[in-house]
Amino acid sequence: MISYLPRYIFNFFFLTLIQVLVLNNIQFSGFVNPYLYVLFIITLPFEIPGWLLLVLAFLSGFSIDIFSNTLGMHASATVFMAFFRPTILRAFAPRDDYQPGTIPTMAFYGAAWFLRYALILVLLHHVFLFFIEVFSITHFFSTLWRILASTTFTMLLIFLTQLFGRGKTRGR
Amino acid sequence: MRSIIRFIIKNHFTILFILIELISLLFVFNYNSYQRSVFLSSSNHVTGGLYESYSNSTEYLMLKQINNELAQENAYLRSRLPESFKASRDYFNLVFDSLSQQEYIYRAAKVINNSTNKRLNYLTLNKGRNHGLEAEMGVISSKGVVGIVKNISDNYSTVISILNTRLKISAKLKSSGYFGALEWNGGNYQFAHLKEIPRHANVNVGDLVVTSGYSSIFPSDILIGHVEEVNLNQGESFYDIKVKLSVDFKNLSYVEVIGHPLKKEQVELEQETEND
Repeated sequence: MISYLPRYIFNFFFLTLIQVLVLNNIQFSGFVNPYLYVLFIITLPFEIPGWLLLVLAFLSGFSIDIFSNTLGMHASATVFMAFFRPTILRAFAPRDDYQPGTIPTMAFYGAAWFLRYALILVLLHHVFLFFIEVFSITHFFSTLWRILASTTFTMLLIFLTQLFGRGKTRGR
Repeated sequence: MRSIIRFIIKNHFTILFILIELISLLFVFNYNSYQRSVFLSSSNHVTGGLYESYSNSTEYLMLKQINNELAQENAYLRSRLPESFKASRDYFNLVFDSLSQQEYIYRAAKVINNSTNKRLNYLTLNKGRNHGLEAEMGVISSKGVVGIVKNISDNYSTVISILNTRLKISAKLKSSGYFGALEWNGGNYQFAHLKEIPRHANVNVGDLVVTSGYSSIFPSDILIGHVEEVNLNQGESFYDIKVKLSVDFKNLSYVEVIGHPLKKEQVELEQETEND
């Protein structure tokens, strides 16, 4: 498991920088903004202790917050998402359970499993984030539209990055 | 006691989650007071430095347009030079007069971070306390009003832009002089709304909207935009006026920060009157 450590450290900084410098500047049709940085939490190892998962989620959300002047919003949304991760992983477990030494990526468990798992987490994150951002029910439908559009965009990016990672993990 | 500890250990995941979530939500709701601690905002040294080098590298892509704007402004300023006027000695005589004190001072600054797609949009400028900037100074570009300086560190400052649902600017219609409050409702970044114009005022599409000069932040008659749409709901005594902003926030690179040396005097006087 320790062999994954450099990979995750790299992931953390890489995803945060990509998010802050590139993706935060994408304003597709005015308000669609992908949040790729959640991929860091999604692909953490199965065996990670709960407290570490929550702390890492807080740190990753908080670093995005500092850069985008939205103190607490991304942190709370990411922690919210991380809280449901163990439950969702349990619900989606294959019949013979997860193999030791594997991590939840497309390379190990296939596109169908991974996309379903990632979609639920991304949706949880975006719903929480966008509603805490507007913080009112009056813009319900416009917020819903933003959530759906951004989720689609984020999922597309997650799928693409997973395609890149594929060859590397297979060759391990 | 032991059973409480057992309960905590058993449910540590949920308890920790609730704890961290509460902390984050506390951040969200105390946003303003935390913003004041400049360390946690984008005017902080590390994030500010990173944004500055990023903006330095992307700036090249916009050089042509910036040059154009600067050249135009140069031409305009040159036309205002004393040499460009034919001074007739018979009528004019320049006298140094201690009464004609300079009221507003303009300082140029570069925008190094900017957003238009959120409900609370902020800008970051590359100048701060060391360059003479202070909180609550007005910020304009060559095209019109941009926002108000919010937080300030030694070398950077953050600006709360018009595109922020928490900012209201005192504005008036240039033709009739009626004044109201200009605010943005979080939708399209090109339009804001002017409220509190009474229904007996005469408002036409295309009327210019300028700053009122009643706040001590902006001088009067700085362009904000023009009237795009006028709505008057049945039974309401105020118009809802949609204003097309003259500044294109998606394309903003250099701004000017307005210093007002006499502001303290004005504010103190106004406060004294209110207290009486």
